[in-house]
Amino acid sequence: MMTDSTMPAQATAAAPSEAQAQLFPFVLQLADTSLILAHRLSEWCGHGPILEQDLAMANIALDFLGEARSYYQYAAELEGKGRSEDDLAYLRSAVEYRNPLLVEQPNGDFAGTIVRQFIYDCFHYHLLLQLKSGPDAQLAAIAEKSVKEAAYHIKWSAEWVIRLGDGTEESRRRVEKAIENLWRYTGELTTPSATEQALQAAGFVPDYAAIREQMDAHIARVFEEATLAVPVGVFMQKGGKDGRHTEHLGYLLAELQYMQRTYPGLQW
Amino acid sequence: MTQKEWPLWEVFIRSKQGLDHKHVGSLHAADAEMAIQNARDVYTRRLEGVSIWVVESTNVHASNPDDAAAFYEPANDKIYRHPTFYQVPDSIKHM
Amino acid sequence: METLELTQEEQFQARIDADVRIEPKDWMPDAYRKTLIRQISQHAHSELVGMLPEGNWITRAPSLKRKSILLAKVQDEAGHGLYLYSAAETLGASRDQMLADLHSGKAKYSSIFNYPTLSWADMGCVGWLVDGAAILNQVPLCRTSYGPYARAMVRVCKEESFHQRQGFEIMQTLCEGSPEQKAMAQEGLNRWWWPTLMMFGPADADSPNTAQSMNWRIKRFTNDELRQKFVDMMVPQAEFLGLTVPDPNLKWNEAKQGYDFGDVDWEEFWNVVKGNGMCNKERLQARVQAHEEGAWVREAALAHAEKRKQREAVAA
Repeated sequence: MMTDSTMPAQATAAAPSEAQAQLFPFVLQLADTSLILAHRLSEWCGHGPILEQDLAMANIALDFLGEARSYYQYAAELEGKGRSEDDLAYLRSAVEYRNPLLVEQPNGDFAGTIVRQFIYDCFHYHLLLQLKSGPDAQLAAIAEKSVKEAAYHIKWSAEWVIRLGDGTEESRRRVEKAIENLWRYTGELTTPSATEQALQAAGFVPDYAAIREQMDAHIARVFEEATLAVPVGVFMQKGGKDGRHTEHLGYLLAELQYMQRTYPGLQW
Repeated sequence: MTQKEWPLWEVFIRSKQGLDHKHVGSLHAADAEMAIQNARDVYTRRLEGVSIWVVESTNVHASNPDDAAAFYEPANDKIYRHPTFYQVPDSIKHM
Repeated sequence: METLELTQEEQFQARIDADVRIEPKDWMPDAYRKTLIRQISQHAHSELVGMLPEGNWITRAPSLKRKSILLAKVQDEAGHGLYLYSAAETLGASRDQMLADLHSGKAKYSSIFNYPTLSWADMGCVGWLVDGAAILNQVPLCRTSYGPYARAMVRVCKEESFHQRQGFEIMQTLCEGSPEQKAMAQEGLNRWWWPTLMMFGPADADSPNTAQSMNWRIKRFTNDELRQKFVDMMVPQAEFLGLTVPDPNLKWNEAKQGYDFGDVDWEEFWNVVKGNGMCNKERLQARVQAHEEGAWVREAALAHAEKRKQREAVAA
């Protein structure tokens, strides 16, 4: 068995500073987001449109799962209450989960999965670029590792958006439908929650307006090549980052947490 | 079932800098870019490579096994091409 | 000098006997080609369908570590399927045709995957027992006579040993855990033991193609030989785990330096082969559905590639 090395080497083993301790809810939010998206992607395993893409989606899911674990492990450390990565992932209820609404949306058809992925990849990639040079060494180390993965994800999902948008009539219809369904969840990504606002003031969370600009430019570029229109004037849903989720998350967690809830306190 | 299959591509991987690309297998992809990405996802999951070539299988031209005798056996008796064919006195160094 | 005129077929057999690998463009008897396509595609289908019973638990894995391992493992199976389809394609079979044969029920896959996975212990059992059995089958195939098949199997075997180890580790963790977990492990073994023994195929007496396949070196041990090897290998491992193999007739035989074991229920075996296993319908349906629902995706990618090619041609 290989050793677990999802956690980048730590700069110091010292107890987290007071400023760092405030990071806990934000790191947890990053962890939840990566886990939920990984979980959704992993639902495709064995059911993809072609074997080659089954492997591709599993790779991306594994990247997100690894990233989630790094965040959970760091969050557990920041919290300092002896909770493990699994306690955080498996023993919190839907209203305690902090992921944005976009990533919990069901896979839908392949177009739905691609659009969800591409939009999140745009945010994720540009966020990680910022976190990588942020003031928190541990977060920067995780981002440094993850941004390489994210650079691949965004390439993969952008190319699929282009293929589906500029493919057949059917693929275009499906991808447009997916954009219509999911667009309302895109605003939340860069709308800071109260937690994020506080951390932005302290410099721990990057400026979302700048990230939004980069994201929008990226999306516009890819949509143009895909001959797809960027929706305008859509009412934006939010709440996930404050624990107010769509109904889908409850079912996802019921499945995700089934074993830990049925057999509490055991090692697996 | 009238739909066309994605073309087949042959995949070549360089396992580390300084080595040749080596044939590792094949896969299906709609275009070259996708073939490279699929190759990355299929054939380099365990750090097997640092560089990938893909060639659409229909573009690979191979010698015919029936020609094997004509192609390869004539090299058999050209032993003078090998350094061991020549005798060098023991006292001569660096040759 | 008198030359002994060998037929093409005799020359072919002579090469195999001399352990010379056969490569795609070499002459080969039709029957060899057909048998290989059948065997390799069956194997590929087994990997593909084999993703389902375990994929079933990816979303329910009990820890983040287990979730990563299981996902990576099931992904490997997709990879193995792909390597094998590729090998079969070198013989002139198309993947589309092979899949069509799977979907129509014409082609078979390993019956083991028609059993349901009901508890987390089943992830242990599938890795430990099913992959253990698969490895016994597969390792000798790394030296099989057909080059692309042998090379695919080398790649598969390299990756497969992680699968068995992770399965054993799941079992070990369960057996060292709570009484409930230990019971889960035993219950899993009870269900998976006999179906795993069936994986090696019918008894030698009922396996008429074995001799030809052994001659062609696309099979290197008989079904019964492998089954015996498996039992001899697994019983001590079950003992180590503190689990009871569900076979009252299991007994060490000093003379043959191996275990005697009870009779496999061949009626059950043939029933599952014929489609009457618990999950035959669901497994096939899942595959057909994935393929059909993916059709528009595959089509779109081709259409886009075509458009791009035309645009580049115009630009050039």
